[in-house]
Amino acid sequence: MSSIDTEATISYEEVLESFDPVMGLEVHVELGTNTKMFCGCATEFGAEPNTQVCPVCLGLPGALPVVNEKAVESAIRIGLALNCEIAQWCRFARKNYFYPDMPKNFQTSQYDEPIAFEGYLDVDLDDGSTYRVEIERAHMEEDTGKSLHVGGSTGRIHGATHSLVDYNRAGIPLIEIVTKPLRGAGERAPEIARAYVATLRDLLKALDVSDVKMEQGSMRCDVNLSLMPKGSTTLGTRTETKNVNSLRSVERAVRYEMCRHGAILQAGGSILQETRHWHEDTGVTTSGRPKSDADDYRYFPEPDLVPVAPPQERVEELRATLPEPPAQRRKRLQSDWGFSDLEMRDVLNAGLVDLIGSTVEAGATPAGARKWWSGEIARRANTDGAVDVATYAVERGITPAHVVELEGLVKGGRLNDSMARQVWEGVLDGEGTPTAVADARGLELVQDDGALEAAVDTVIAANPEVAQKVRDGKVQAAGALIGQVMKEMKGQADAGKAREIILAKLTG
Amino acid sequence: MAELTRDDVAHLAGLARIDLSDAELDKMVGELGIILESVAVVQQAPIEGVEPMSHPMPIVNVTRPDVVRPSLAADAVLAGAPAADQQRFSVPRILDED
Repeated sequence: MSSIDTEATISYEEVLESFDPVMGLEVHVELGTNTKMFCGCATEFGAEPNTQVCPVCLGLPGALPVVNEKAVESAIRIGLALNCEIAQWCRFARKNYFYPDMPKNFQTSQYDEPIAFEGYLDVDLDDGSTYRVEIERAHMEEDTGKSLHVGGSTGRIHGATHSLVDYNRAGIPLIEIVTKPLRGAGERAPEIARAYVATLRDLLKALDVSDVKMEQGSMRCDVNLSLMPKGSTTLGTRTETKNVNSLRSVERAVRYEMCRHGAILQAGGSILQETRHWHEDTGVTTSGRPKSDADDYRYFPEPDLVPVAPPQERVEELRATLPEPPAQRRKRLQSDWGFSDLEMRDVLNAGLVDLIGSTVEAGATPAGARKWWSGEIARRANTDGAVDVATYAVERGITPAHVVELEGLVKGGRLNDSMARQVWEGVLDGEGTPTAVADARGLELVQDDGALEAAVDTVIAANPEVAQKVRDGKVQAAGALIGQVMKEMKGQADAGKAREIILAKLTG
Repeated sequence: MAELTRDDVAHLAGLARIDLSDAELDKMVGELGIILESVAVVQQAPIEGVEPMSHPMPIVNVTRPDVVRPSLAADAVLAGAPAADQQRFSVPRILDED
């Protein structure tokens, strides 16, 4: 078997012809608590190295850990949001292994008594269908320190001469969420993996338990993957791919491992059960370390911590704090607002749902709120290089009330669309409220029909050929005349009214 | 209880990162065997209906509020480190290169 290339791949289509994928996803989420899991050290991201550590998180002799109340509550809320059972009584356990980023030489985790278990998360896919991801468990544990590998190429662990460790992250509360083996995904496996992680991220954000920034590592995903020959029900040997730290990478890593497993199995080889490392830049996985004797973690109940036994009433109180699930909220809002699927997707991608929500609440029409936030304001935010529209709005002091006011000015007949855009320009430049800007810039539709009629007469006289076309029944030719009239009126006319007058004069 | 084998001891020594010579391994198989035998007496205790205990105190839910307390100063943290660099603990390379 030594002739088989374990790093070769076959095409995705070839894999699907012969195999069914089975996935298991493990997601680690750093909780957004102020302090660590078992001590009062701060959890600030980006602090100077080794400035947020104490005897407890350094594992110094005699130090006594005490559980963070907020972390337990967050864990329970996450479990409830994932439709899990909540343990009435559970313990922490020591997971023993030697690795320099674990100063205690064990990680305090949970073993056979997770705080939450047996749940599910429904995931909406692009084709409108829903896939139910079964959740095996969600348990509490602590993060490890951060290593800087020195002496090798570009910070890689391979070839390093030594490593420098910062323990600021050691002890930050983590929740590990583990799915059951997901079967029957077929060709949609990569998409489902990505959609699951995205849905989970939105849910955790809505729960306000973590900042879920994959790029900063506060949410990390490990992908377990194996293939079964079509028709078989026996699970194949799996690999565990680590470091998959963006939604796009989750999708790519699943697909890549499917193609790699497929190549080995098709050539008659067998999969080595091992850890693989995902490389975002090259889009491939490389061999990490094989599962070995060293994975004998000798778990035992943590003697320094007492059991966690959340009273039923407390669990119910926490259940009452759960937000409406994001997917459900999106569907409700889309139907309330009457947006098309495409409009809703654009609004979601631009992160405008909350802004539009509060603007509608403040009295604007949904269409108006969408039009201005995703039109003029988003355009300016983009031109001015803002991170996102919401941040831009806060910086520029733009509130839903401004949108409501402007829509009122347009609906009341004072402004037309192009004037409204000029008003936004002023508002975004800090010249005041929409009304104040309109006043200051003298923006107001001419309501005097006499002036408008005079302008129409002038334009008709100046464009006899166009006018004749309209007389002959080519109504669309009136557009050119309307443009001329607007120019004559310096833009301060109601285009609809100009059209009415032109048609009345030429065809009436 | 199954007899402790030489392989068991070698495995445990590996997990604990203790380098034992062949002579030491032989010696430990005997000594650890005696220790296990001695401790095995507790297996004779009547445990019918007794829940396993992981903590001597019958208490649950000892927690602290999520309030920041001062950490140690970085120089104090690193004072006990055999080697430090860039305000970090310097440790030997992690992967054995083959």
